[in-house]
Amino acid sequence: MIEAHNLTKLYGEVTAVDDLSFSLRPGMVTGFLGPNGAGKTTTMRMILGLDRPTKGSVTVAGHSYHDLHAPLHEVGALIDAKAMHGGRTAYNHLLCLAQSNAIPRSRIDEVLRLVGLSDVGSRRAGGFSLGMAQRLGIAAALLGDPPVLLFDEPVNGLDPEGILWVRNLMRSLAVEGRTVLVSSHLMSEMALTADHLLVIGRGRLIADAAVDDFVDGSSQQSVLVRSPQADDLVRALVVAGATTEPEPDGGIGVRKLDAKAIGELAAKEGIVLHELTPRRASLEEAFMELTRDSVDYHAGTPGAPGVQEVAV
Amino acid sequence: MSTQALSGNTPAPAPAPREPRAVDPATRPYRFSDVVRSEWTKVRTVRSTWWTLLATAVVVIGLGALIGLGVGSHYKHMGLGDRLTFDPTRVAFFSLLFGQLAVSVLAVLVVTSEYSTGMIRTSLQAVPRRTWLLSAKALVFAAIALVVGEILSFATFFVVQALLKAGPAPTSSLGQPHVLRAVIGAGLYLTVTGLLSLGVATLIRSTAGAITIIVAVYFVLPVFSNALPSNWANPVQKWLPTGAGQQIFSVKPQSHYFTAWPGFLVLCVYTAIVLVAAGFALNKRDA
Repeated sequence: MIEAHNLTKLYGEVTAVDDLSFSLRPGMVTGFLGPNGAGKTTTMRMILGLDRPTKGSVTVAGHSYHDLHAPLHEVGALIDAKAMHGGRTAYNHLLCLAQSNAIPRSRIDEVLRLVGLSDVGSRRAGGFSLGMAQRLGIAAALLGDPPVLLFDEPVNGLDPEGILWVRNLMRSLAVEGRTVLVSSHLMSEMALTADHLLVIGRGRLIADAAVDDFVDGSSQQSVLVRSPQADDLVRALVVAGATTEPEPDGGIGVRKLDAKAIGELAAKEGIVLHELTPRRASLEEAFMELTRDSVDYHAGTPGAPGVQEVAV
Repeated sequence: MSTQALSGNTPAPAPAPREPRAVDPATRPYRFSDVVRSEWTKVRTVRSTWWTLLATAVVVIGLGALIGLGVGSHYKHMGLGDRLTFDPTRVAFFSLLFGQLAVSVLAVLVVTSEYSTGMIRTSLQAVPRRTWLLSAKALVFAAIALVVGEILSFATFFVVQALLKAGPAPTSSLGQPHVLRAVIGAGLYLTVTGLLSLGVATLIRSTAGAITIIVAVYFVLPVFSNALPSNWANPVQKWLPTGAGQQIFSVKPQSHYFTAWPGFLVLCVYTAIVLVAAGFALNKRDA
C-alpha cells in the first residue's frame, strides 16, 4: 500500500533520512522504531507530501500523495496532536476537515463517539489535555475511514487506560485489513502492538522484519546458569568458545552457546548445575543492540544497558 | 528483566491472512468547491474573525465620523487652494486607511494562524493540492472583505456626508458624477489590499513579520516618500500600491497620481504578482 524507494531527505547539511526503501503491507500493524531524531517523523511527513524528498519517492496505492483523489478517504494520519487551531471546537475542527473531502457530518459524530470525545465536541480544542488532543487527532485520522493509517507516537500523553485503548484500536484497524504504521521510541509498546517492525537509526534502515524474527535474530540471546562450581564452569565454557559475564545475583550469563550445549558440557566435565535458563532477548534489548551506534543523543552516563536513552 | 520482557512479548497472535481494505467505491474525488466550503468553515469558526471585523467597522465608521466633524469645522479656515481641491467624497474615506489595517490583520490571520498553530500540516493532509488551498483561502477572504467593505464604505459615506452637511463644507451625493464609483471602489480597495496582505502573509508565514511588512508598505512608505524631493516623491507616491489604489475613491483627480481605474489596476497587478509568488512558494516549501 505504501512504497518508499530510496527516500532521502537533507535539511541543509543534515541527512534526516538516508536512502530508505520499504513497503508497508495491509492487515498488520507495522511498528516504526528508532531513537529520537532517527528520521521517523520526517519519513511520515514525506509519505504525506508535507516535506519534499531530496531524492527518491514514496507512493500510496501507487500515487504520490499530492495526486490522491480523496486524500482523507485514502490515508488517515496523526503526526502532531497539537496541529490544530486551539480556538476552534473539536466538532468544528473535524467539520472543516470533513468538508474539504466531502465527508458527511454524520461521520463526525461517529468518530467523536469512537474516540470518546462525544461530550466535549463543543469545547474548544485549545483547552484539551495532550491525551484529549491525541484522541481528537485520531478522530481526524479516522474521519475518511481510510485503508491506510499513520500514527506518529500516538500514545504520548495518554494515561494507561488510553494506552490500552490505542493499542486495541491499532490492532483492530489492522484486523479490518488496513495498513497501519505506528511510530514509537517505546520498544515495550511496539512489542505489544506491532506484527512487523521497521527499525531506523540516523535515517537509515536497520531492520525490516517480523517482530519475532527481529528478536530471534538478536545476538542478545543468552543462557542463565548457576553452579556451585562456577569457576570451573566458566573455564570450560570459555574453552568451548562461549562468552560469559557474571550476573549481579551470582549467576552467569552465557552467550554463543545454547542451553543444550551448556548442559552437555557440564555433564561431560562433571559440573553440577543449579539452573539452566535460556533467555530470549526482549525487543528492547534487540533494539538497543541494533541502534547503539545510531543514537544521536547519548545520556551523559550510559548506565547498564543504556536503557534510559531510548526507552523512557 | 529479560524473562519478564519475554512474557510481555507473547500476546501478539500470528496475523491471520486478511483481506486488504480498499477505499469505499462510493467515494467521490474532492473538488475545489469542497475546499472553499472548508475554508469558509475555518474562517467563521474562530473568534478572531469576528473581532477583526468588528474592529474594522468601529474604526471605519467611528473614525470616519470624527474626521467628518473635524474637517467640516475646519473648512471655514481653509485657503482658497485647499477649498478648490476639497473632495467631500474622499474625506469620507480617510478612515478607510485605518480600516484597511484591520482588514489586513484578518487576511494575515487567515494564513498565519495555520502556521502558528500547526494546523497547516493537518490542512495540507486534507488538501495536498496547495494551489487549491491558497485559492480557496483567497476566495473566501475576498468574499467576506467585499461584503463587509461595501457595507462599511456606504455606511461611512452617508455618515460623513450627513456630518458635513451641518457645516459650511460642500458635500457629495451618490447622484453626482463619479461618486457612486468612488463609494463602490472604496469597498473594492479594502478587498484588494486585504488580498495583497494575504499574499504577503503566505510568503512570510509569521503574523508579526507579515504585519510589519504591511504596515511598512501601507503606512510608513507613503509618509517617508513625502520627505523625498518632489521629482522623486511624485513617481514614488504615484506607483506605491496605496497611492495608486486609493485613486479609486477620489472624485477629483489628484495631480501626479493615476486616474481612478488605471490606479486601481496597478494595485490589482501588484496583488496578482504577490499571490502568484505566494502560490509558488507554498508549493515549493516544506510545510
